[in-house]
Amino acid sequence: MREKLEKIKEEALKQIESSDALDRLNEIRVAYLGKKGELTSVLKSMKDVSPEERPKVGQMVNDARAVIEAKLEETKHALARRVREEQMKAEVIDVTLPAKKSNVGHSHPNAIALEEVERIFVGMGYEVVEGPEIEYDEYNFTKLNIPPNHPAKDEQDTFYINKDIVLRTQTSPVQARTMEKGKLPIRMISPGRVFRSDEVDATHSPSFHQVEGLVIDKNITFADLKGTLAEFAKELFGEETRVKFRPHHFPFTEPSAEMDVSCFKCGGKGCRFCKGTGWIEILGCGMVHPHVFEMCGVDTETYTGFAFGVGLERIALLKYEIDDMRLLYENDVRFLRQF
Amino acid sequence: MNTALSWIKAYVPELDVTPQEYTDAMTLTGTKVEGYECLDKNLEKIVVGQIEKIEKHPDADKLVVCQVNIGSRVIQIVTGAPNVKEGQKVPVVLDGGKVAGGHDGGPLPEDGIKIKKGKLRGVSSDGMMCSIEELGSSREMYPEAPEEGIYILREDAQVGADAVEALGLHDVVFEYEITSNRVDCYSVLGIAREAAATFDKKFVVPRVSETGNSEDIHDYLKATVEDTDLCLRYCARIVKNIKLGPSPEWMQRRLAASGIRPINNIVDITNYVMEEYGQPMHAYDYDLIAGHEIIVKRAKDGDVFRTLDGQDRKLDKEVLMINDGEKEVGLAGIMGGENSKITDDVKTMVFEAACFDGTNIRLAAKRVGLRTDASGKFEKGLDPNNAEFAINRACQLVEELGAGEVVGGIIDIYPEKRGERRIPFDAENINRLLGTDISEAEMLRYFEKLDLGFDEKTQEVVVPTFRQDLERPADIAEEVARFFGYDKIPTTLPSGEATMGGLPYKLKVEAMAGEIAQFSGFSQSMTYSFESPKVFDRLLISADSPLRQAVEISNPLGEDFSIMRTTPLHGMLSSLSTNYNRRNKNVRLYEMANIYLPKSLPLTELPDERMQFVLGAYGDMDFFVMKGVVEEFFDKAGMNKKVHYDPQAGKTYLHPGRQANIIYDGTVIGYLGQVHPDVADNYKIGDSAYIAVLDMPSLMDYTTFDRKYEGIARYPAVSRDISMVVPKNILVGQIEDMIAQRGGKILESYHLFDIYEGAQILAGYKSVAYSITFRAKDHTLEDKEVNAVMEKILHGLKGMGIELRA
Repeated sequence: MREKLEKIKEEALKQIESSDALDRLNEIRVAYLGKKGELTSVLKSMKDVSPEERPKVGQMVNDARAVIEAKLEETKHALARRVREEQMKAEVIDVTLPAKKSNVGHSHPNAIALEEVERIFVGMGYEVVEGPEIEYDEYNFTKLNIPPNHPAKDEQDTFYINKDIVLRTQTSPVQARTMEKGKLPIRMISPGRVFRSDEVDATHSPSFHQVEGLVIDKNITFADLKGTLAEFAKELFGEETRVKFRPHHFPFTEPSAEMDVSCFKCGGKGCRFCKGTGWIEILGCGMVHPHVFEMCGVDTETYTGFAFGVGLERIALLKYEIDDMRLLYENDVRFLRQF
Repeated sequence: MNTALSWIKAYVPELDVTPQEYTDAMTLTGTKVEGYECLDKNLEKIVVGQIEKIEKHPDADKLVVCQVNIGSRVIQIVTGAPNVKEGQKVPVVLDGGKVAGGHDGGPLPEDGIKIKKGKLRGVSSDGMMCSIEELGSSREMYPEAPEEGIYILREDAQVGADAVEALGLHDVVFEYEITSNRVDCYSVLGIAREAAATFDKKFVVPRVSETGNSEDIHDYLKATVEDTDLCLRYCARIVKNIKLGPSPEWMQRRLAASGIRPINNIVDITNYVMEEYGQPMHAYDYDLIAGHEIIVKRAKDGDVFRTLDGQDRKLDKEVLMINDGEKEVGLAGIMGGENSKITDDVKTMVFEAACFDGTNIRLAAKRVGLRTDASGKFEKGLDPNNAEFAINRACQLVEELGAGEVVGGIIDIYPEKRGERRIPFDAENINRLLGTDISEAEMLRYFEKLDLGFDEKTQEVVVPTFRQDLERPADIAEEVARFFGYDKIPTTLPSGEATMGGLPYKLKVEAMAGEIAQFSGFSQSMTYSFESPKVFDRLLISADSPLRQAVEISNPLGEDFSIMRTTPLHGMLSSLSTNYNRRNKNVRLYEMANIYLPKSLPLTELPDERMQFVLGAYGDMDFFVMKGVVEEFFDKAGMNKKVHYDPQAGKTYLHPGRQANIIYDGTVIGYLGQVHPDVADNYKIGDSAYIAVLDMPSLMDYTTFDRKYEGIARYPAVSRDISMVVPKNILVGQIEDMIAQRGGKILESYHLFDIYEGAQILAGYKSVAYSITFRAKDHTLEDKEVNAVMEKILHGLKGMGIELRA
C-alpha cells in the first residue's frame, strides 16, 4: 500500500512539473484528487486494510494529497506569473508616440498681466473696483482737476460722444466716484479699458487698458507711495528690481512722480531693451491733489492719499517682450498659445 | 525743447559737469533730459589749416594738390572740392583723425570715419579738408557753408588751433521733456535757473540795459487794445534804419543747436529772445502799418486773412487779430500777415511782445488750422511780466548787433498788472505729507535757489509771476521734495487700519467663465469696443433692429471706429476670420466684451454697459459641443436649474435651423448657434463657425459660489428604459420637460440614449429612447412606487402624441 501511494505521488508530481498550462493542472487535479481520482480510489480500497492499519494508511493518503495540492498550487502561481509576464511583454508601447492633449485654451497676455497686478494689490488689502467706460466729462476731467479748456481735454486725445460724455481716457473717474461715496479709508485699484485718439501702430492703440490705484487714509505720505510702489515693482518684476522716482506733472496729483524700474533684461547695466539707460519707465503717481479731494468731498484736513496709474499693455509688452502692440488685438491663436 | 549746454552755461558760468551727470541730476530735480548729443562726437585731430598753394593734380582733372599750413608744419592734401582758394582757412583732419560723416550728408555712422594718409592718383595726401557735412552738421545750421565743398573758416581763425573749437562744436545739445505746468522752462533762462538750483551754482540773469534814442515811440505809433480779456498785455517798440545782415556766429550757433535755422539779424534776434525768455515776438514793417496805428480786437465771422506764409485763413469772432488803421495785419499770437511782413527792403519796424490768453490762442489755432512755435508757447499761458523784459532784451540785441536804431520809449498796455502770489508755508505740514524730516531752514534754502521769496512775518512763500504753477501748499511741498531729492525720501508702507482687499463678485464670475472656456479649449481674445456702422449689414442685421441704435463717437479715428458696439459678434467673427485667413485650424476663442446700449439717442445719460461672454469657434466644433461648454459654465456657476433652448431665437445672423435662445428660469440669458453661412461668407470664414453669447448681467443673479453638501445616496436606484415613437416636430426638450414635470420627488435623472429616424420608423416620426432613473432619499423604492410615476409620465407623453414602441 505504501509503495502504491508513493508511486501515485511520484507520478503526480512528475506530471505537475511537466505541465505548462492551467488547464493541464486542472486535469491532473481531477485525475489524482477528484472523486474518481487515484488517491480517492486508494481511500475507497481501505476496506481491505486491517482496522489497526487504517489510521496509518489514512494518514499516508492525506499526506500524499497535501504534497500534491501544494505542488499544484505552487505550479499554478508560477504559471500565472509567466502568463502575466508574457501578456505585459506583448503590451509594450512606444512611449515617444505623441501625447493626447485636451488642448486647453490660453489667457490673453493683457489678462495675465492684470491678474498679476490684481494679485499683488489685493494681497495688500486693495479692493478692485470697476466703473463705466463711457463716462461723463465731469468725472473723467473736471473732478480730476482738469478744468474745461484744459489742453488735456483736447479732441486730439479724447473721443467725445457729445460735450458732456466721453470715452474715458483713464480709469481715474472710478476713483472720483468711489471718493464721492464717502467711505474712508480707501485702498482700491480700478482696472479697465480706456480710450485715446491715437492711430494704430506698433506702440499705440486707440483702446488700451489701465490700472489706477488710490489710497486715502489719515497720515498717508509720499514715503508710503514710494514704499508701496517699490513693493509692487519687486513683486511684478522680481526681488532684485530697483525703482527710481522722478518729479513729473499730472493735474490730479501734487507732488507728482514717474517711476522707473531697473531694466529686468540687463539688471540696470544698460542694454538695447532699456535704450542703454538701465531704466524703464513704468508708471505715473503722486499725492492726490487737494483740489481733487475738495471736489470729491474728502476732508483735506484729516486725510491725505496717493494715486498711481499703470498701463497694462505696457507691462504685457515689456514682460513678455512683445514688439508690436497690434498683436494684442489680432487674436491669432499662434500668438495667444504662447501665453 | 533742445538747447546747447554752452547757452545754459552763459547764465550758470560755474557749471562744470559731464553730460551724463547733467542728465541724471536734472532729471531727478524734474527737468527731464530725454537725451543728448555731443556735437564733437567722432571729430578727432581736426585743426585750422591755411591753404598756401594750390596746384593741378598731374593725373586728374578734377583734383587739386594743396599745401596747407597747419601751424607746426605744412602738409600736402589732395582734394576734389571745387571751392578752395589760396589763403583760405579750413578745417583739416590729420592722419589718424576722425570725421563724423561723409560729404554727402547722409546718416552719420556710429563710429565716424577714420582718416588716414594715402595716395590719390599717385600723389600723396596727408589729411583731409572738411565740408560741414563731414563735421556732422549741415548748411541748415551753418548757412554760410558752401553748397558743395570745403567749409571755409573765418579769417581770424588761429592756424593750428582746434578747428572744432573754432566752429563752436565742442558743445552738447540736450533734449528736454518739459511738463506742461512749467511754462517758465520752455525757455533757456528757465532751464538755466533749474540747472543753477540743481547744482547749487550761481544763476546770472542777462543784464538788460536801457535802450533807445531820444525820440519817443508815441510820436511814431498809437496802439489800443479793445479786447483786454484776450490780450493781457501789449508791448511795442520801434526800430528804424534797419541794416539787415547775418547775425553773429555765437547767435547762429545757439539757434542752430536749438534746431532753429539762422536767417538774418532781425529774424534771429526775434527767435533768440523767444528761446531765451520763452516769449514769442513779432515784427511788422512800420511803413505798411496804415495810419501808424495798432488795434487789438476780435475778428468778424467770415473774415479771410492771408498769413505771411501766403495761405488764406478763415476767421471767426473769437479769433483775436492785430489790426492797423485800416485792416487786419496779424493773427494774434499765431502768425503775422502777408500784408505787413518784413522784407529785405524794410527800413523801420514795429517789434511786438504781447501776452495773449492761452486758451483762446490754442482754440483759435485749432480752428484756423495753424499751429506755430509762437502759438505753441502762448497756449501754455505766458507770464505777462515777461513781455517787457523780452522786448527790451531784443532791442538791446538790436543795438549790440548794429541791426538798427531803437526809438526811445515803449508802448505798454497792461491794464491789470499781475502780481506775486502768496502761499502759506508750514514746514511741519510739508514733512507730514512727504514722510520726511527736513528742517525749515533747509526748505527756505531751496526756495531761495528757485528765486521764490519768503515773508517771515506772514510765514508765506512769495511766488514770482513766472512760476504760475505754484498755487497751493502742495505745490510748495513738491518744490521741497524736488530739491531734497525724491530718492532721499524714505520708503515706508501705509500704516492705518487694515483693509480687506478683493475682487467684486462680478469679476469672480467672469474669471470663472474664462476658466471654463479655457478648459474647453478656448483662448482669450480682445477686440476694440468701437467699430464701423457697416458691420450691421455684414452681420445681416435687419434695418429696423434695435442693435443699430448705437452710440456714435463725434470725433472718431475714421468710420471704421465710429460707433460703440451693440453686439460682440463683429469682434469675434473678425478674430476668427483673421485666424482662418492665416490657415490656423480648429480655432476656439472667447472674449469678455462690453457692449454699449443707449437708453435713448442722442445720448443724455450714460448707456447701459453689458458684459458679454462670447464663445466662437470653427473647425472641430458643432452645436452640441458649444452647448456643452455653456452648460459646463452654468454647472460651475451654481446654476442648477434646467436650462431651456428655444429654437425660435430669430437671429438673422445665425443659421435658421441651428440657433437657440438660452433660457434660464424663464429669462433669456443668451443665444447660441451656427453662424449663418452668408455671414460666414462675409467674414471669409470658409468653415462652419459657431458662436455662443451670454449676457452676463442677465444671469449674474442666478450664479452662486455657495455650495451645500447634500449627502451621497444610500438607497439603490431604479432605472426604467422607454423607447418611443415621436412625431418629428416634437423636440426632445419637450419630452424632457414632461419627464421632469411628472417625475416627482423620486425622479433622479434621465438621459437620452438613442434617437433614430429612417427605415422601420413611420415617415414623420422618430424613435427616441430614454433611460429614467428614480431614487428615494430615505428608503428603497418599491416597484409599485416607480410604476405609478412611470404611468404618469407615459400618460403625459401620450397626450403629446407619443407612443411607446412595440
